Amino acid sequence: MLLETLAAPVAATGMFTLAWTMIAVPAVMAGLLLLAGKLSDRWGHLAATAAVVWSFAIAVCLFAEQMMRPASERAVSAHLYTWLGVGHWTFEVGLLVDQLSILFALLITGVGSLIHIYSIGYMAHDARRRRFFAYLNLFIAAMLILVLADNYLVLFVGWEGVGLASYLLISFWQHKPSAAAAGTKAFVMNRVGDLGLLMAISTMLAMFGSSSFEAVNAGAAHVPPLWATLIGFFLLLAACGKSAQVPLQAWLLDAMEGPTPVSALIHAATMVTAGVYLVVRSHAIFEMAPIAQAAVVIVGTVTLLAGAWIGTSQDDIKKVLAGSTMSQIGYMMLAAGIGPAGYAFAIFHLLTHGFFKANMFLGAGSIMHGMNDDVNMRHFGGLASAMRVTFLTFSMGYLAIIGFPFFAGYFSKDHIIEAAFANNVVIGLCALLGAGITAFYMTRLMLMTFFGEKRWRQGVHPHESPKAMTVPLIILAVFSVGAGLLMNWWIQTWLEPAVGNHAHDISLIPTPVGWATLLVVAAGVAASWMVFGRGSIPDVAPATKNPVTIAGRNVLFGDQVNGFLFTHPTVATAKAIDTADVSLIDRSFDGAGRAFQGLSTQLRRLQTGYTRNYALTMLLGVLVVGAVLILSQLG
Amino acid sequence: MNPENYLILAALLFSIGSIGVLVRRNALVAFMCVELMLNACNLALVAGSQITGGLNGQVASFFVMVVAAAEVVVGLAIIVSIYKTRRSTSVDDANLLKL
Repeated sequence: MLLETLAAPVAATGMFTLAWTMIAVPAVMAGLLLLAGKLSDRWGHLAATAAVVWSFAIAVCLFAEQMMRPASERAVSAHLYTWLGVGHWTFEVGLLVDQLSILFALLITGVGSLIHIYSIGYMAHDARRRRFFAYLNLFIAAMLILVLADNYLVLFVGWEGVGLASYLLISFWQHKPSAAAAGTKAFVMNRVGDLGLLMAISTMLAMFGSSSFEAVNAGAAHVPPLWATLIGFFLLLAACGKSAQVPLQAWLLDAMEGPTPVSALIHAATMVTAGVYLVVRSHAIFEMAPIAQAAVVIVGTVTLLAGAWIGTSQDDIKKVLAGSTMSQIGYMMLAAGIGPAGYAFAIFHLLTHGFFKANMFLGAGSIMHGMNDDVNMRHFGGLASAMRVTFLTFSMGYLAIIGFPFFAGYFSKDHIIEAAFANNVVIGLCALLGAGITAFYMTRLMLMTFFGEKRWRQGVHPHESPKAMTVPLIILAVFSVGAGLLMNWWIQTWLEPAVGNHAHDISLIPTPVGWATLLVVAAGVAASWMVFGRGSIPDVAPATKNPVTIAGRNVLFGDQVNGFLFTHPTVATAKAIDTADVSLIDRSFDGAGRAFQGLSTQLRRLQTGYTRNYALTMLLGVLVVGAVLILSQLG
Repeated sequence: MNPENYLILAALLFSIGSIGVLVRRNALVAFMCVELMLNACNLALVAGSQITGGLNGQVASFFVMVVAAAEVVVGLAIIVSIYKTRRSTSVDDANLLKL
């Protein structure tokens, strides 16, 4: 049983007592920038960047210290304070810096720092730059709470925090109705997932009496399978919401309304991968629930194909990348659902994806910067010579994502496809097909953007972006190339104490599945070149009757499905209730009011105003009282 | 003489007074009828006092006289002011206190 291999975390000493400042510094900075208002307009972006760099520095120090320790002492828990005690439940706030969370912390703060620096250039002319940076810092703090928490309830705080930051940043350009709507959509769809997490936590509290990772991991072995399955499905729902997996995928493409650095940081590299983190972190539960595990695999597989499908037919460069993000996270979910054989690869792919996707999103931002914020690839073409650095860095990301040998994605994705084949041939074939489609749509993106004739609109003069933007691109490109080689032989051993051990051969020579993958990828690239590389690209998307293309262009009708299944019934119910309210309740109360009004009108007629009438009434009253008195005497 | 006759006379006077209040429109006449009712009460009180041999009824009648005097003061003042504003002493004309 692998649970025995999980070493109990040791108490925090030395640098680890400073771990909380990773969260506190960006959080305080976010509050400061929001409260200080215009006073901090001039230096706000620099202060925010410094805050994230601080977090990154701490993360690097912690990582170095972990490297120097023996494997059994690497997981460190730092208890901070007792949050609240209710009945026989006590909720502690503590950080767990183990092999898994430190990798996330490094990714979040590392890519986060680069994106902060990039944003200094990208948002230079935005009137609300300070606010943007404050929100970015808020996001970093919330995301670090999410990955560093040592129990699910504190994780939930971070989970909601990143949801809020995501909402604020998607609708950052709130003067655009589409951006405001996209933010609301993301927020609402995320709430559906949050409900799952909340129910999972409630079930955990009922079953284990605690929501800490330690208690849940220890208790999972003894929990009835039905309950484990239930918790597994709740967690999967949560993961689907946050990671834009089918069926809660519809928000991610609209989320591209946000500024591009946001898309790179939140909707590619970090936040959307939180679902994968959640599944891997809850591996003890999922290992007790094979049905839930199978569901994770199926969700991952469906999403990796759906995302790739969407990616093939969008013209908006950011939406192609968003579809690709969905698809790659599908791979990670697939790996996370496979079990011990896949956890390390899910995290591996998550990290490499974080680098190369952030690289490509920032590259897309750089292109938009040069193209007057145009995102339609049909208006690009021939940018390779106009934007040299962007082209080269983007190419590194491209080669990494399609899995070109020895680039980052080559290692991480190949492992996942192999693990998928070992799990189930159908799943394996789907993953293989996904790799081919990935190669197809990414090649299409490259060809339409950087090659071919110049289809630029009038008055557009593409130019290379400033240093603040290209330097982060170069750094990320280096990681897109090297991250795979760097971690390939190391990550399994490193993560073993956190997620369990599973021997897996790793060699540079491709296995049969590896060769097949290379072949499929080559076929995808070739097919794409046949379609988009030779002829000219039409200025508007050509009309088509091909249902596959139509579905792809319409994002697989996700909005329509949601509308048909949820929005319309809800609106219809609301309208019915409104009608009932007006016709039934309002009318009955209005009717009662009118009845009393009519009655009182009649009663008012008794008041004639003639003194003699009143006198007569009085006299009659006296007579009645007298009669009663006399009669009672007689009786 | 049988004292009960006084009570019968008092009842007659009271009835005449109350009918007068109900049927007469002139405020002054109605007012006089009220006085008649009060004095019928006084008569009944005094007769009662005679029958029982106590002084209670006689004392009570003094109170009634005092009340009647006060009532005259207020009532006549009201009648005079109504007459000044409406040029009429008919009680039916003073019917503004209704919707």
